[in-house]
Amino acid sequence: MKTHNNIWLNLDWITVFLYLVLVLLGWANIYAAVYSDEHQSIFDMGQRYGKQLIWIIAGVILAILVLTVDSKFFAAFAYHIYLITILLLVAVLFLGKEVNGARAWFEIGNVALQPAELGKFATNLAIAKCISQFDFKIQKLRSYLILGALIGIPSILIIMQNDTGSALVFAVFVFVFYREGLNGMVLFWGFAAGALFILSLILSEFQLLLFLLTISVAAYGVLRQNIKEALIGFFGIAGTFGLIWLIDTILGLGGTPFQLLLITTAIIAFLFIGYGIINHIRQVWRIFLFFIFAIGISMSVNYFYKNVLITHQRNRIDEVLGIKTDKLGAGYNVNQSKIAIGSGGITGKGFLQGTQTKYNFVPEQSTDFIFCTVGEEWGFVGSTVVVGMFLLMLIRLITLAERQRSQFSRVYGYGVACILFFHIAINVSMTIGLAPVIGIPLPFFSYGGSSLWAFTILLFIFLRLDASRTENLR
Amino acid sequence: MDIYSKRKYLIIGLFSLTAVIIIIRLFTIQVLDPSYKISAENNVLRRVVNFPARGLIYDRNGKLMVFNQAAYDVLITPREMKAFDTLAFCRIVGVEKEELAKEIKTARSYSMYKPSPIIKQLSSQTYAVLQEQLFKYPGFFIQARTLRQFPSKMAAHVMGFIGEVNQKDIDANKYYESGDYTGQSGIEKTYEAELRGVKGISYMMVDVHNMPKGSFEQGRLDTAAVIGKNLTSTLNADLQSYGERLLSGKVGSIVAIEPETGEILVLASSPTFDPGLFIGRERSKNYAKLLIDPYKPMVNRAVNSSYPPGSTFKIANALIGLEEGVLQTVRFSCQGKGSSPIKCTHNHETPLGLISAIRESCNAFFWQAFRTEINHYPTPAEGLEAFRNYLLDMGIGKKIGGDIFSETSGNIPTISYYDKYFGSGRWNALTIRSLSIGQGELLLTPLQLSNMVSLIANRGYYITPHLVRSIQDYDGTQRVLHFDKHKVDGGLENYEMIVQGMEQVVETGTARSTAKIDSVIICGKTGTIQNPHGEAHSAFVAFGPMINPKIAIAVYIENGVWGARYASPIASLIIEKYLRGKIAPKRQHFEDAMFNSDLISTMKVDTGD
Repeated sequence: MKTHNNIWLNLDWITVFLYLVLVLLGWANIYAAVYSDEHQSIFDMGQRYGKQLIWIIAGVILAILVLTVDSKFFAAFAYHIYLITILLLVAVLFLGKEVNGARAWFEIGNVALQPAELGKFATNLAIAKCISQFDFKIQKLRSYLILGALIGIPSILIIMQNDTGSALVFAVFVFVFYREGLNGMVLFWGFAAGALFILSLILSEFQLLLFLLTISVAAYGVLRQNIKEALIGFFGIAGTFGLIWLIDTILGLGGTPFQLLLITTAIIAFLFIGYGIINHIRQVWRIFLFFIFAIGISMSVNYFYKNVLITHQRNRIDEVLGIKTDKLGAGYNVNQSKIAIGSGGITGKGFLQGTQTKYNFVPEQSTDFIFCTVGEEWGFVGSTVVVGMFLLMLIRLITLAERQRSQFSRVYGYGVACILFFHIAINVSMTIGLAPVIGIPLPFFSYGGSSLWAFTILLFIFLRLDASRTENLR
Repeated sequence: MDIYSKRKYLIIGLFSLTAVIIIIRLFTIQVLDPSYKISAENNVLRRVVNFPARGLIYDRNGKLMVFNQAAYDVLITPREMKAFDTLAFCRIVGVEKEELAKEIKTARSYSMYKPSPIIKQLSSQTYAVLQEQLFKYPGFFIQARTLRQFPSKMAAHVMGFIGEVNQKDIDANKYYESGDYTGQSGIEKTYEAELRGVKGISYMMVDVHNMPKGSFEQGRLDTAAVIGKNLTSTLNADLQSYGERLLSGKVGSIVAIEPETGEILVLASSPTFDPGLFIGRERSKNYAKLLIDPYKPMVNRAVNSSYPPGSTFKIANALIGLEEGVLQTVRFSCQGKGSSPIKCTHNHETPLGLISAIRESCNAFFWQAFRTEINHYPTPAEGLEAFRNYLLDMGIGKKIGGDIFSETSGNIPTISYYDKYFGSGRWNALTIRSLSIGQGELLLTPLQLSNMVSLIANRGYYITPHLVRSIQDYDGTQRVLHFDKHKVDGGLENYEMIVQGMEQVVETGTARSTAKIDSVIICGKTGTIQNPHGEAHSAFVAFGPMINPKIAIAVYIENGVWGARYASPIASLIIEKYLRGKIAPKRQHFEDAMFNSDLISTMKVDTGD
């Protein structure tokens, strides 16, 4: 009885409050999105908002159940839960119900269950358990491999279900690892590779090569803290290029600018390495390696982009980068969604007054595009409040994670924050055209029992751990 | 506590930075950029289908036979509808309130978001009134399409009609969507791909007041409609209409072909229907009415009914005998009514040769000819097989396969049919003797009969009979369609013998009083077909002139008593009209008789069939 009281006393009510507000706001927005004159009662169980209410109630019951479980349970059974989830993910490939070409759902009576949703908190538990072991040192290669496998197995199984969006979520654990001591350079190179990925899609071959040359020379200048050498580099490249262009024109060879720049690059690289060897400058090799790495990445991007990605995935990336737009095809959702959000103005059109969402212009508006309803009916003010509340919750979660005594709880807390962050950032960004359309729900908002319960369990396990934050769990 | 705890700031910073980027972006599109508000004003993106005008159909002389008239469908998108003045709306479009309510209900149950047509084929007058009032009816819009119109109500069976596609059409061809029209019979169906053109799609922005606000993306995504191609039919409109008048009051059909080209000049079936009944809002009511009509006016009897050819078939029988080389010089005797096993109904000399036998339509001769042909082979089965193959060569007993809709193949009994009926090896020429005079199980379509005459007229070949001569391409040139030429072996002298016999039929034989016309030598053959259900059928086949034939014709009149009674006057009148332009005064009584005869009201209708 005493411990039971403690749980409610130690529970972080701020997070609980934010959770409840977000869930209810989501419900109201689903009502607005699906609203029609014929079905006006928000309690109509035949409609999505009616069903969502049932799921919210079930979610709250689920949350209470999670809170009554002993906190040691989660640490003790982390691997077991993870293994069961992996088995479910395998089983769904064979036994699942096929919907739109994806076998991602178990159907038990009227309830559809998506094991991929369970995968998030199960993997999070397993990672927390793994990192919090006594002898675990994250910098070791063996650790990389173990953590990679913990993330990789569920991701691959989920990709096999054709649910690439949900699989991408697992990438976000890299921030958790960073917090736990992962070399910052991994993050840096990750971002660099991401930036290069985008640049190699947007820029032409010529522009990309020019960009890499410039970056390399600038980096050299910074590393050597020598502006003079960097300037010589710039002018050297420009001069060589001009010379080759002149020769090409005089001889009438008709080389493309890219070919000319390629020759320039070869000559400059040769001179540069020679200069480095003669003067014993170590940085030359670093810069050269970076350059080769960058070229390698951008070449593999093209291969990956053309051969690995499926057409619709490619189209969605093209849409975001503005490479090509197709407002009736791949870009239709996003365009309509931007119109809906954009038309909300500063204060929005008011509850149930949205015309865009009403006329069903935005497909999936009660699930993946629920943020449109917020944007249209509550305007910039409402959207900012919702984004602000999400941010508040994330910061609160980080703060809670940092106050944990046990590393297990902290890692798990970071995992919760990062998973939520990924969903929120990507989901909201895709509705306003900042990210490609990846079919992942907005936590607590989007219509659907499976995802609501999964996020609820994910969050409340952490709140349960936090309520016993003075214990040391492993 | 641990060395990495400062890293939380980087992660919190990342979260905050992302939130800030999102908020800046929201600020841009919600507050700074007005274009989204404008887009939202024009908030309804409407996909408007531009139905191309269907191709026109002309007769061989450039006379317009089928054209288009604009009509308008009213569509609703249930989700966009608001309460409206139903009474006023019903008054404008002229429908009952209940009917409108029913249509709206159907549309709602189909889809709340997708437009469905609720009122079809409004006239342009009604359209004009409704268009002005349309702002009162949010969720309603109008789509233009074209209807078929027929300047004269002829050749309904040939031209066919168009109607809405069904699910099967949609599944079979991705081009079609629910509500599209497609040719459902006749030329409209056979040449659907050419006639329909290509639909255009345009995307319109429509504001909350249901008013078009211009095209979406400056029309970049729109596709233009391509109008259908015009067709030139092989029909001769004047002759067709004359033929249909001659058929009035009778059940039967006429097929006339230009032998040299295989072009069908007349293809008439009676009773017929008004093709105009299939246009406009009364379509389904009229359709149902025609379907239950006991005289089956929708059946194209010229190609879709097959009959025993009777004595007209003696031509084919003769040709086979000549090709087998057994009839050239032979003379068979005839005991008139005492002939056995088939009695002869005509009085004439005996014994007689082929030419006289054709003239006199001598049953006794043709039975003996048939027996000789069959017995020319080691077994009756082989004999029948050879006989059958000759017929198939002549285009009899199979679909001719031009561009004619709903053609049936007719029937020539096969060995296995007789084997089943009589037992294998238990039948011979005598058992199947009714074939020799075109009775029994033998069934031909009037088209096949006409084509058979065409073959004789050409002395050895026929071109697949067809109804469309050319298609007009977009550059204005006429692309003439090619149809196969079928040679049928047999020496020229064989054909000339048959031609001579047929000439004598009209000069001095069974059709001398009904088919002979001035200054043109016509070759013909009568047929009177015993009919166990009532009066005998009347058939006549002919071509003319004898040298350089311009027209080959078959006429078949159900319950027409005997060949010379109806079929031969009708056939000869058409030939006369076609070759001489007018009917000689002394033959005008035939014309009057045909115009005014009424077999239908006295006919026993076989409704069980």
